[in-house]
Amino acid sequence: MLRGLRDGVVTTRWPGRPDGYSDAWRGPAVLTAPLPAGAAGDLAGICPTGAIRPGPDGVVRLDRGRCILCGRCAERRPAEFGWSRGSAAAVVSREALVVPVTAETERSVGQVRAALRARTAALRRSVHVRHVDAGSDGSEEQEIAALLNPVYDVHRLGIFFTASPRHADVLLVTGAGAHGMAEPLRRTWEGMPDPKVVIAVGTDACGGGLLADSYATSGGIGSVIDVDVWLPGSPPPPFAILHALLLAIGRLPGGSGYGSGERAGGMAQ
Amino acid sequence: MRSAGPAAAGGRALAGAAGLAAELAARIGAGARFAGLMAARREDRLLLSAHLAVPGGMETVEVALPSGAASYPALTPAVGAAFWYERQIHDLFGVVPAGHPRLEPLILPAHGEAAPRPWPGPGAAGPEPGGIWPDEHSLPRRVMGAGLFTIPHGPVRSGVTESVEYLIETPGEDIPHLNMRVFYKHRGVEKRFEGMTAGDGVLLAERAEGVASVAHALAFCHAIERIAGVTVPRPAALVRVLHAELERIAAHLDAGARLAEAAGLAVATARLAAHKERVLRLAGQMCGSRFGRGVVVPGGVAALPRLGPAEVRAQAGALEQAVSADARALMGTASFLDRLRDTGPLRPERAREHGALGPVGRASGFADDARLARPYDGYLALRAGEPAVEASGDALARLRVRWHEVGQSFRLVGQAAGELARLPAGPVRVTCPAGDGRAVGWAEAPAGEVLYDVRMTGGVIERCWPRSPSFHNLVLLHEVFAGDILTDFPFIEASFGLSAAGVAL
Repeated sequence: MLRGLRDGVVTTRWPGRPDGYSDAWRGPAVLTAPLPAGAAGDLAGICPTGAIRPGPDGVVRLDRGRCILCGRCAERRPAEFGWSRGSAAAVVSREALVVPVTAETERSVGQVRAALRARTAALRRSVHVRHVDAGSDGSEEQEIAALLNPVYDVHRLGIFFTASPRHADVLLVTGAGAHGMAEPLRRTWEGMPDPKVVIAVGTDACGGGLLADSYATSGGIGSVIDVDVWLPGSPPPPFAILHALLLAIGRLPGGSGYGSGERAGGMAQ
Repeated sequence: MRSAGPAAAGGRALAGAAGLAAELAARIGAGARFAGLMAARREDRLLLSAHLAVPGGMETVEVALPSGAASYPALTPAVGAAFWYERQIHDLFGVVPAGHPRLEPLILPAHGEAAPRPWPGPGAAGPEPGGIWPDEHSLPRRVMGAGLFTIPHGPVRSGVTESVEYLIETPGEDIPHLNMRVFYKHRGVEKRFEGMTAGDGVLLAERAEGVASVAHALAFCHAIERIAGVTVPRPAALVRVLHAELERIAAHLDAGARLAEAAGLAVATARLAAHKERVLRLAGQMCGSRFGRGVVVPGGVAALPRLGPAEVRAQAGALEQAVSADARALMGTASFLDRLRDTGPLRPERAREHGALGPVGRASGFADDARLARPYDGYLALRAGEPAVEASGDALARLRVRWHEVGQSFRLVGQAAGELARLPAGPVRVTCPAGDGRAVGWAEAPAGEVLYDVRMTGGVIERCWPRSPSFHNLVLLHEVFAGDILTDFPFIEASFGLSAAGVAL
């Protein structure tokens, strides 16, 4: 007990108070300058997961939902790419991870977020979370489990983990969507009462990462069940997972633009 | 870097698979450790390669099956440790080891001989994306009798765990048999390596088993560097040690926290988990990734740590004091020790026969540590000390081994950081020419030795076979439930400290 007292309070007070560490690590890559038209040729082969490619409108975009944080784009094209910082990596639509976001996505994310907020209004102060691994590399589980350690201690926010999907409000899903887990995942989701929220935790869950094109995965979980919040990262650290949880249940302080997509394009350092 | 020993790849003429089995049994009897069995296609023939760990390196014994062979005499009856390896080969290639005691699907949920197989290696495109789906309704059973039933535990289990299914066959309390199905999270990693450059391959290796990212990257890069014939610069060798040892400390703290949690010790669980968080933050401060990703590259490391060696040393020193005090308190808690003592014992002769890796092997008196027996990188010159060895083979012995290793790792971090501080500035990586060839690389992960068998052709990976310690050790769970009951299960599982990702790949 004395050792515990000597250490003082190790628990963060984030998000109520700022925490220096919540911004201390790298997030998925961001664009720091618009990509020149016709840059697709020069940029081909830089990204090992093919996250940088032209869309149907010919504009070259960066899909942060496929970014595995290798940093190669920031290293080879420092004028146009950089690292993001901070915990606000989660967004409420898959399209909002593709930067620069289209005007259409920009318009729709506000509505999507408002709808999500309305749906989860009843959950706010007591939220039960279930996790399913749909083919992760094992690191995402470590970071989710870290939310229970005294440093993050999500119980202080009324967030609890539960074994039964019958008691769960939020489903955290990790992994690239291994075929073997498709049915168990679907059944877990069906076992949850409404209203329920699904969070894709990690780049593998968002877009399959390096295993997107494997014969054994669905390239992310989006084609297996409906996802509400998308959190890229390889793996996303505990603060980012906590941010995604708070975004999902409408409890981010200040009603800032977090998660609405517009920050995703411009928070580079 | 030391050579791979007398590489016998393709050189040794054996009389078919039966000859390979006899040769392996003789070599293992003479003291070599069976380290794995893999297959690759060479033209229209299947090449079986067995890896043997010998002092100072790895040796490969191999045999080519006759052209177009659909089956071969199984090695498992003569070499028990090949049990899961032959099932893995059967899953991936559909080639039948005739006489194998139990040929159920292991890593790939393919049922029936007509199911599509990935055929890793050149000359086969593998199944289409989305080509292999599991049969959900097959339930293998081994033990029959009045009142016996199966508890299907998984693949979605309580808590935040990886997906794996344990089929516990029980009359109520005892566990006469345990069956494991790991294919739920098969991701097709082996096939995915093919066609990648070495630089991309290391990114995938880091994600083969996320909790041992650094060790997998090291083993992969050692194979690539051996093919290219390069030696990494001294600072890079030391930075590699720093990250590998921090990874080990974090994993061992995690195993300790899980055991404490299984015993319901809230304070110990919380404190060990908080220490682990500090270790991950230290790694994150050094390289930007809490799991040391992006550090190890073919030919060295990407950069020097962003934290100065003195600062690394100071933080590690403070951590060591905090960790050792809590470990002492935990190991002085009688009610906790009672739960671990005699729980899940692995007999020393079985550990030796199987070549049990890492803390599982060392707790049963089988002291094989790649850092000492086949040293690489910074371990060639650092003083790691004697390997931690215990004799009793139970869950308590495994935890004792881990605490011993945590102390050892802190000392290695201190030594490596100290030497790094004294080194003159210089390059941290050498260019690693993309040569053709095949080599085996290894590294000691927290759970034991990681092995990579890589063949490069035309500057890209033709075949890559990663073998995690989790794959090699998990099969031993079959053997450690003698006399144990259902409530011992979480202790035994946590004491093995394995990751399902590395098994199913």
